[in-house]
Amino acid sequence: MEQGLPAIELRGLARHFGERTALQQVSVRLGAGATLAVLGRNGAGKSTLLRILATLLRPHAGEITMLGEPLPRRAFAVRSKIGLLGHEPLLYRDLTGRENLRYHADLHRVPHERVEELLDAVQMRDRAEDPVRTLSRGMVQRLAVCRAVLHRPEVLLLDEPRASLDPGAEELIEPLIGRPAQATRVLTSHDPKAALAEADLVLALKGGRPAFVTEPAHVTDAQLKELYA
Amino acid sequence: MRAASTILRKDLTLELRTLEVVPAMVLFSVATFVIFHFALNRAAIAGQLAAGILIGTLLFASMLAVNRLFVAEREQGGFDGFLLAPVDRTALLVAKALALLIFLVVLEVIAVPAFALLLLGPSIGPPLGGLVVLLLLADIALAVIGTLVSAIAIHTRARDLIAPIIGLPLLIPALIATARGAGPLLATHGSGFPQGKWLAILALYDLVFALLSYAVFDYLLED
Repeated sequence: MEQGLPAIELRGLARHFGERTALQQVSVRLGAGATLAVLGRNGAGKSTLLRILATLLRPHAGEITMLGEPLPRRAFAVRSKIGLLGHEPLLYRDLTGRENLRYHADLHRVPHERVEELLDAVQMRDRAEDPVRTLSRGMVQRLAVCRAVLHRPEVLLLDEPRASLDPGAEELIEPLIGRPAQATRVLTSHDPKAALAEADLVLALKGGRPAFVTEPAHVTDAQLKELYA
Repeated sequence: MRAASTILRKDLTLELRTLEVVPAMVLFSVATFVIFHFALNRAAIAGQLAAGILIGTLLFASMLAVNRLFVAEREQGGFDGFLLAPVDRTALLVAKALALLIFLVVLEVIAVPAFALLLLGPSIGPPLGGLVVLLLLADIALAVIGTLVSAIAIHTRARDLIAPIIGLPLLIPALIATARGAGPLLATHGSGFPQGKWLAILALYDLVFALLSYAVFDYLLED
């Protein structure tokens, strides 16, 4: 990517589900290595935005450029550079954690050594041979983090990434999906204060429309209160 | 094709672990043969009647697999996991069709001898080679059309109804060719190999639907 180009740029993005507008007139520019926190109430359009950026949903209007490639037209070119950690872990319940990660590693052409490295990183090697359906929600989330970062993505799309994790597990995943990962990040969180603390830019959505786009230092308590009212 | 083999390996592992599809197909087929055995009140059948019952039963049994083909992808996020990977989407079509083909072959390895034991008058031995060729061509049609139909049905709420409603009419030409080809094979003193025209019709049908599936499958995965 050329120096100075934003890693992600949205211009007038819109998406509908039938009659319902999920996103409308969303525009934002995010530099490489920066973190965008997307805030808003349940149903504000946060997950829809992440699924569009992950190339899983098509926008109905507007333009997206990611890592210099226009989406969804050049989705194939950026898929290997995107890691999505969504509400669903995207793991097969009847396969073991190791089998699931090796399956995704094979799809991404990543050597299996990387799987073992990540299992160690999230301290799941002991339970790696257990079927996913037998694991706790927190353990599944740790495996989901491994799946999302298997291929060392340049862009991380994180939808409530710390959901179901205890403080110890949060520490374990921090080097993988936190600032130390040095990826461009778009994240949503049920905890706006925590999201602001790790953001470089904030996009607040209300009813699918941007309420404000600003730096975290400029976000006031009154704005947050109104956003979640 | 590396991605297709990865997905196929995963599907076969899942089936070996859960035993959700093949045992159900086998039980359905054997139960149907038993029902026909008593309902027809005949010790043995042969010729076109035997071919019709065998092929019809296998066709209906295959719908059980078609209905389950994409369930794990839909319910456990397999679609999203696959779509996020930088691989050709046709890999999913190829892998699912091959998985269905393997399930059908395993079904037939058990169901055809069971049919011979419970219903068939003439010996299955002499026409076995011809029957295998015929069933293999029919299986390819079932696998390709079944995968296509399953990919359509999985996005609907009534997927268990949609798959047979769309799939069975599309499979009628293949059913006719297979049953008509198998009729003389299963007759008393029947021929050892099916007529070339039925094999040709099946092969052409396989080819047309393989190309059609290849052309449209990408669009079926779109949101």
